[in-house]
Amino acid sequence: MEIMLVFVLILASFLGFELISKVPSQLHTPLMSGSNAISGITVVGAILSLAGTFVAGGETARIVLGTLAVFFATINVVGGYMVTDRMLSMFTSAKKEGKHD
Amino acid sequence: MINEVIINLLYIIAAILFIFGLKMLGNAKLARKGNLVSAIGMLIAIVAALVSNEVLEWQWVAIGMIAGSIVGAIAARMVAMTAMPEMVALFNGTGGAASLLVGWSEYQRYVSAGEVLDVSVFSLLIITVTVLIGGVTFTGSIIAWGKLSEKIPSKPIQYPGQQIVNVLIVLLLIGGAVIFAPLREMVIIDSYALLISIIVLSCILGISFVIPIGGGDMPVVISLLNSLSGMAACAAGFVITSNVLIVAGALVGSSGIILTTIMCKAMNRKLTNVLFSGFGSGKTQSGPGFQGEASPVSVEDTFIMLEAASNVLIVPGYGMAVAQAQHAVQELAEQLEQNGTEVNFAIHPVAGRMPGHMNVLLAEANVPYEKLKEMDDVNPTIDMVDVVIVIGANDVVNPAARTDETSPIYGMPVIDVDKARTVIVMKRSLNPGFAGIDNPLFFNDNTRMLFGDAKASTQGLVAEFKE
Repeated sequence: MEIMLVFVLILASFLGFELISKVPSQLHTPLMSGSNAISGITVVGAILSLAGTFVAGGETARIVLGTLAVFFATINVVGGYMVTDRMLSMFTSAKKEGKHD
Repeated sequence: MINEVIINLLYIIAAILFIFGLKMLGNAKLARKGNLVSAIGMLIAIVAALVSNEVLEWQWVAIGMIAGSIVGAIAARMVAMTAMPEMVALFNGTGGAASLLVGWSEYQRYVSAGEVLDVSVFSLLIITVTVLIGGVTFTGSIIAWGKLSEKIPSKPIQYPGQQIVNVLIVLLLIGGAVIFAPLREMVIIDSYALLISIIVLSCILGISFVIPIGGGDMPVVISLLNSLSGMAACAAGFVITSNVLIVAGALVGSSGIILTTIMCKAMNRKLTNVLFSGFGSGKTQSGPGFQGEASPVSVEDTFIMLEAASNVLIVPGYGMAVAQAQHAVQELAEQLEQNGTEVNFAIHPVAGRMPGHMNVLLAEANVPYEKLKEMDDVNPTIDMVDVVIVIGANDVVNPAARTDETSPIYGMPVIDVDKARTVIVMKRSLNPGFAGIDNPLFFNDNTRMLFGDAKASTQGLVAEFKE
């Protein structure tokens, strides 16, 4: 099982190297912010950490850790996507408004 | 419980959407759609996670998600475009914190179930790696945020033996990991306390790793931390054996490294120098050589020069954004054009505090996209430009990068404004800029210094044109 995961890791890493090659510099900030939002995928791990059978006694610690994980990961996801969209929306509106000014 | 095959299918769809989204983000026309595509992928992944397990602490997941959404949405809405780099750093930090907590919580699961001794060495090592990368990303990003928002000094903070301390922390971490996982049966130690120590040490490492790096290099650091946050998510994916975390995390991790390299190239910096040399610490400064007198100029005289110019090139820097002058600058550009002057903007790849930051700021001020020229496009013909207006830029127009081998930015590609016929520099004072490097441009014969607040000066010029 673990070796399959390593396999996935290596292929995905090479794909990542290939995806970003010729990016114009004006897109670096949105790209960083957008890929940062993707790293919020940890939210899936955070949700799953609150799944499964809970044993009496260790519950409080796990719930606190899990809830905090979900909280932080969600900030990353929601904030990251929204702020990227806000930036990119300005690029397009500048073109339109530049003409009727 | 929904069929496992369907859940995995959803994860695969999410991964595909991330890949397409990331690809589209690199293309100016498709970028916004790309962001949406990747957001849809995220939504699908979250839904899949929510329905994948019949036993789930629903109320706690809901509380975490609602609170996180509110905080994230408010932060994303309220942040000023000028503060974008530190916002990205903060979001990055929360991602690192989340990965750290996922790793910790997984260990707690084993502890609670009384299964610690049955956990494989591989799992323990992966948990260690997750909390380590997560912790470094978390505190490193907080420091980067502090430096960019100037909550802490943006200058490099260095002390003797800094590298040795960092190496020691790393060695302690490696030792801790070895005792925590493979040697756990040989060394008698409270393994939970050991994990906590590893977490604390990782957080300290994040701080001590970023604190000696100067504000001028923060874009590279944020990009690197962004890559690290991807790796943290990836490691968390190993902890909970989730392919979608590994794929998405690895994509961000490796594309982040490429982006970091591209940025280093744009700044002509080697990554190793950024990380270990304390850029802008002033040690390599050359004192003499920049002597001479700067020639100040008034708003009225600037107006006369601008009125007579047939083409003007505006070079904005972060100082323009600090002075909130971008709208006034756009107004000035309009006035100049009405006067029959050709106006262009020259954008250095690392103008602002992150590559592309300046483009975002000018786009917000409605400067038409076509007027934003890249450095490589303006430099060959810059000697034909009548007047260059440098607004709040410093290092990106510093000719010392071409001429002075002792300058810390020697070799960095700059906009060669000194080759234009006349250069007007709007600046508060002769103080060096964000990176703390002297600029001989201010003392050139063809340079005129328009001292004062960039916004007030620009508005003054606009008023002159309107009269």
